[in-house]
Amino acid sequence: MNRFFMRLFGVLRKETLQILRDPSSIILALVMPLVLLIIFGYGVSLDAEHIPMVLVNQDNGSMSRELAARFAGSPNFKITTAESISQAQTLVLAHKAEGIILIQNNFTSIANGAAGGSGTGQRAPVQLIINGTDANRARLIEGYMKTIGGKWISVRVARGQTAAAPPVSISQRIWFNEAAISRYFLIPGLITLIMTLIGILLTALVIAREWERGTMEAMLVTPLRKIDILLGKTLPYYFLGMFGMGLSVVVGTTLFGVPFRGSVWVLVGLSSLFMLTCLGFGLFLSAAIRIQFVAAQTSIMAGYLPAFFLSGLIFDLESTPKFIQFVSYLFPARYFVTIAHTLFAAGDVWPVLLPNALVLAFMALLFLGLAFGKISKRLE
Amino acid sequence: MQTLRRLTALTLKEFLTIIKDPKSRFVVIGPPIIQFIVFSYAATFDLENVRYAVFDECRSVLSRSFLADVEGTGRFRLTGYLNHAGQVKETIDNEKSRLVIHIGPQFEENLRSGRAAEIQVIADGRSPNVAMIAIGYLGTIVENFNNALWDQGLVRDRGTGLALVERAWFNENLSSRWFIVSALGGVISTVVVVILTSLSVAREREFGTFDQLLVAPFSPVEILAGKSIPGIVFGMLDALIFAAGAVLWFHIPFRGTVTALMVSLLCFIITIVGIGLLVSSLSTTMQQGLLGAFLFLMPAITLSGFATPVENMPMWLQRANMLNPVRHIITALRRIFLEGADLTVVWPQIWPLLIMAGVTLPLAAWLFRRRSV
Repeated sequence: MNRFFMRLFGVLRKETLQILRDPSSIILALVMPLVLLIIFGYGVSLDAEHIPMVLVNQDNGSMSRELAARFAGSPNFKITTAESISQAQTLVLAHKAEGIILIQNNFTSIANGAAGGSGTGQRAPVQLIINGTDANRARLIEGYMKTIGGKWISVRVARGQTAAAPPVSISQRIWFNEAAISRYFLIPGLITLIMTLIGILLTALVIAREWERGTMEAMLVTPLRKIDILLGKTLPYYFLGMFGMGLSVVVGTTLFGVPFRGSVWVLVGLSSLFMLTCLGFGLFLSAAIRIQFVAAQTSIMAGYLPAFFLSGLIFDLESTPKFIQFVSYLFPARYFVTIAHTLFAAGDVWPVLLPNALVLAFMALLFLGLAFGKISKRLE
Repeated sequence: MQTLRRLTALTLKEFLTIIKDPKSRFVVIGPPIIQFIVFSYAATFDLENVRYAVFDECRSVLSRSFLADVEGTGRFRLTGYLNHAGQVKETIDNEKSRLVIHIGPQFEENLRSGRAAEIQVIADGRSPNVAMIAIGYLGTIVENFNNALWDQGLVRDRGTGLALVERAWFNENLSSRWFIVSALGGVISTVVVVILTSLSVAREREFGTFDQLLVAPFSPVEILAGKSIPGIVFGMLDALIFAAGAVLWFHIPFRGTVTALMVSLLCFIITIVGIGLLVSSLSTTMQQGLLGAFLFLMPAITLSGFATPVENMPMWLQRANMLNPVRHIITALRRIFLEGADLTVVWPQIWPLLIMAGVTLPLAAWLFRRRSV
């Protein structure tokens, strides 16, 4: 037992010194999380404000002017007015505006018909012509217009200027994130990405490097056993990765005010499982491939990119075709993204956390086991 | 003549380092194509199969008719009916359903007696974007339901509303796949090219062969050219395969000119080869090269507007983003594919790329000699 600790201590010391002497690993663990959080926190948002739009008001009644003023007053839009539809089109084609709001010339007469109290239910025509390249944004703009229109109607109803509100309406509640702030969703996901980077990218090179530089032979002649090599390569990076995770959580909750409703020990426990999965995967790649260039490319292809696209970090997985969902189950990131979203927004909801944690535990054992199997104490 | 001969020899050597090893050969072509296909399917903002539960306290003709409308859109998938209010929390918390539609007991009675009725929608805010889009879909269903009520004469008044007529240019059906796939090729080629080039000098430094290269009769410009050409060739090859795949496999319209596509891709690839070589010439080991590549790739791709709009960012970040080459190619690709841009239209995206290439490539060449271990 004593010998085991002596060997372990020796190899840990070697690996730690190697990390400390190359500033790039420290940069990855300390600087990268901060840079990424700030970029994501400020730069990545699905909530649009000040969307440039052109307004063409062909109607000159007081009602249409009132509606136009509501569009102009909305924080979602930045409205410029154009005299004619062709002038507005030029602006949109030149990417000066994203769409045209057109109030048609029969707006007042139709709207007044409805306001006459006869209950005819005429609807005043407003057209939205939009650059649909970004389909998601186009839908968002449509939604904002409907909301503004709805508010305008309800004010008129309250003033008694218009007949009743629509018969059926929706009252919405968005639990855990009432204002639907996308940052609360993106930052927990980002922590998954940071941990993937530290876990897979750093370790993908560490065994391949020893083979390429020939230092693996030096390791092989020492009395180190396979398990010592594996532990020596895992533990320092585990602490580095967990430190990066902790840093991200602290910055995310303090600087960006993302609520954290789970308990810290659950976060530490479950993120350890994920970290070990990533480390095991990286070490396995490294031991199996033995060429740094290929190991690096593979770690990005099989580690980083799936963590971005196939994890539910930004794109909703359930809306994808079945085979994509199937493929996503093969990568650890999706399980931890689910865990992170639930822990931050909802709290310790075990029916969600437990199945995902079990899969991660299985994957961690599998990859660490595979890495163990691939570390050979023999030259080819 | 001498230059040409030396250049050929050097370029050949650079190609051989990548091609001679079957694993390296595979990683620059195989996985990018698989990824292009998988991610094209995976990256979407359109919702399908939104799991929802129904808590219908009314159980009347009208409430059932509304629920049939929801089911009829094909975008939602029913997980079950709830019997009491306590189940709402359970089904949302445990992620069994992402939405609960709650119809109160007075729904039909209110409508028939001319009062307003409300449908309550409870959404899981763990994915706020999904929640908002799904509520948007339901809003449209409610609007149509109101019109149907009025058409059938069931209600006396459908309320004054705006009849919003919507027309979308360039992407008439508002398919987010068009938006994503037209630009995805740019993102994946960026990753491949930057990693490839950022490791190229670093590898030689690590193995010590770079010193041999420096003492050989090559000028820095020749070394630069020799190191750039494989990246440019593989980058263009990948990017063009992706462009063809987008059109042939995913049926994304190609409305612009081929010249515009070729010129903007070429300028872009040269620019990022410059960045990759700059990173590489600053690194002494492959690990440093790889990490340096990531320090560039992560922000560049995240802020490129590929997944989330550049316009949502604060002004200072939008300005800084002008220095981001990936942003320019993403914009150019979308304009060429969807908006039918030609070379003059995408020129505002091309000239910043040329300036960046004009800075990074010479800087990399200069650093080859300056920085030695």
